[in-house]
Amino acid sequence: MKSIILKKASDYLLPLLLLFSVFILLRGHYLPGGGFVGGLIASIAFVLHSFANGLNETKHLLRIHPGFLMPLGLSVSLLSGLYPMVIKKEPFMAAQWMKEPLDVIGLVGTPLFFDIGVYLVVVGVSLTIIFTLAEVA
Amino acid sequence: MTSNLVIVPVLWQFLIAVAQMFSWFNPRLQRKLSVSGNVIQVLIASWLLTEVYRQGILTMNAGKWPAPFGIVFVSDTFSAVLVLITSISGLAVSLFSLANIVEARMRFGYFPIMHLLFAGLNGAFLTGDIFNLYVWFEIIIISSFVLLTIGGEKPQLEGAVKYFTLNILASTIFLTAIGVLYGLAGTLNMADLALKVAAIPNKGLVEVTAILFLVGFGIKSAIFPLYFWLPASYHTPPAAIAAIFGGLLTKLGVYAMLRVFTLVFFEDPIIDTLMIILAGLTIITGSLGAMVQTNVRKIFSYLIISHIGYMVIALGIHTELAVTGAVFYMIHDIVVKTNLFMVSGLLYRVQGTHHIDRLGGFYQYYPRLSLLLAIPLFSLVGVPPLSGFWPKIDLFKAAYLEGGSFITICLAFGTVITLLVIARVWAEVFWRPAENLPERPNFRFWHLFTLAEKIQYITPIALLSAVSLIIAFRAADVHRISQKIASELMNPKNYIQTVLPDKSAEQQ
Amino acid sequence: MEILLAIVTGLLYGAGLFMMLRRSMVKLIIGLILIGNGANILIFLLGRIAKGKPPIIPADAKVLTELYADPVPQALILTAIVISFGLQAFAIVLFKKVYQALHSDDLDTVNTIDDDL
Repeated sequence: MKSIILKKASDYLLPLLLLFSVFILLRGHYLPGGGFVGGLIASIAFVLHSFANGLNETKHLLRIHPGFLMPLGLSVSLLSGLYPMVIKKEPFMAAQWMKEPLDVIGLVGTPLFFDIGVYLVVVGVSLTIIFTLAEVA
Repeated sequence: MTSNLVIVPVLWQFLIAVAQMFSWFNPRLQRKLSVSGNVIQVLIASWLLTEVYRQGILTMNAGKWPAPFGIVFVSDTFSAVLVLITSISGLAVSLFSLANIVEARMRFGYFPIMHLLFAGLNGAFLTGDIFNLYVWFEIIIISSFVLLTIGGEKPQLEGAVKYFTLNILASTIFLTAIGVLYGLAGTLNMADLALKVAAIPNKGLVEVTAILFLVGFGIKSAIFPLYFWLPASYHTPPAAIAAIFGGLLTKLGVYAMLRVFTLVFFEDPIIDTLMIILAGLTIITGSLGAMVQTNVRKIFSYLIISHIGYMVIALGIHTELAVTGAVFYMIHDIVVKTNLFMVSGLLYRVQGTHHIDRLGGFYQYYPRLSLLLAIPLFSLVGVPPLSGFWPKIDLFKAAYLEGGSFITICLAFGTVITLLVIARVWAEVFWRPAENLPERPNFRFWHLFTLAEKIQYITPIALLSAVSLIIAFRAADVHRISQKIASELMNPKNYIQTVLPDKSAEQQ
Repeated sequence: MEILLAIVTGLLYGAGLFMMLRRSMVKLIIGLILIGNGANILIFLLGRIAKGKPPIIPADAKVLTELYADPVPQALILTAIVISFGLQAFAIVLFKKVYQALHSDDLDTVNTIDDDL
């Protein structure tokens, strides 16, 4: 099924959805959102792209295998938890914040990095699952 | 005492898994990482145990959230001992995997998933939060599904359907029980629950919740009417995977029962009676099942079920002596059951079949190897002075003095049948002359193996047999530790005090 | 609201069990999903439903005495949903593979395990 409307729309929707997913990721500490939802939105962007353009196009667009994002995200999350434990001698995952909030992003701390890790893992896992299912079917 | 050491065994396994995921297409590196990582894991676990022994119960509030609100990790002697035993079994299994798991399976991520499974096991042993326990259970079952189906042979898939369905159902029941408990007590921290559950006026509702937990953990640990998934699936994956499952996964269910029914719920005659009846039937049906099977791995699967009954029945007696026996038996059982499934892998490699009607002549051809294999087999039966004998002293003493005739008869029945089954295995596999061994042209038999592969097969079996022998010959020490664990379990005041220093001070 | 949710929970559990006990593998998955959703709604219900009452303590008080919207059940449900997402994806792939191996959707045919040798 090749629909020209969907194809054209997905070209615009992909960057828009990715941007939205990052927005959701960043607002997630105090407001609804976070790494999990953001990651799902990002993977929906890629899934939509693959619906419109076919699986191979999307894989080409991604360049790396989505499965590689899993260990990457896991290590980001683990390191954000290990940082207070190793450096500050505080319990595992104790939150460490910067003193001053940055522009646009807001206050940066280890929970943000944990969420980024979750984001990457979710994108990796859901894309791997969906691509596998698409190939099996 | 607060210490970050509590979480290290979990994190270490996670780190190994992540490192292995980065080297996804390099099984050779994964093998090295797995073995060296597990050697270090054993050291970490021993360190944790010595620290717990020296300083008492250790806790860590994850994310610095104070105890009943955040997730707390607690290591008392029980957790630390189980982490150590798991690490030792893990080391043996990862050594055994080197030769037992073919490279094609490793390419599907066998090693990282195995380490995630170990991380889950350590996490489940160390957590002090009941919902966190559920999360670790889920990590364990997801990894175990993948391990069970890796390779995708038809029997594996069929076994996986049953394993999958029943385990998911068990988790859902567990989750339901947590939901009801949260509704009743308004907390998830196990130490806090211990204080709050006691104060709930509606005892009937607490009882129902306890039964939900019993059913959930009962499916996981394969007790009487809920065990049929186990013999339908445990004989399908490769021996190394079956060894992890047989040694550790069912024991996790027993651990959860021991923890929840001593800490959270108070002694309740109805639950105890229910446990005794179910466990007694587990022993009887499990051992009868083992009698009639002809596949070595199915025999061992039924023996797992039968011996789960020993531990649950002891929990049903609910005295310090009985719990001592259960804990001691668990320590012995994890080591021996892991070893048994590796032994079955070795037998299969040597003679190309799992069928005891066709196996034979092992002693004739490999007398020294047979002697090694005799250690786990007869440890299981509990032939003195091997390791199965000592915990049974406590179990029988507790059954006779504090339990009643039904429990004593069940235990005796189970023991006698185990002896018969192992004697039958021994006679058929080792003593009987080899007659109709299968001809398998494309099979890599033992005599075609290189020396390195043979060593990779025998070392883990020898390692666990040595651990069994240590448990047997240092039985007095192990018994003392089990006694300490049992007294900690039966008098959880110290546990609660350590986890919630402010709360318990308030109450006094 | 509570009564409605209680009925929904019961219906989901019942329907899930019914679907699980049927012979088709697809219905088995649907049954598992329904029971999982039932458990989630149960947790939601047992966490006491309170609308528009955030768990914020006034400056001069030490304990929150009024009924408040408890955030913990939501965290539990979210975790459970994430876990069941992974499990269901795995289940679908597994059952697909089983279907390819057996050419049948009937659970009674998943019984050919025999000792190979």
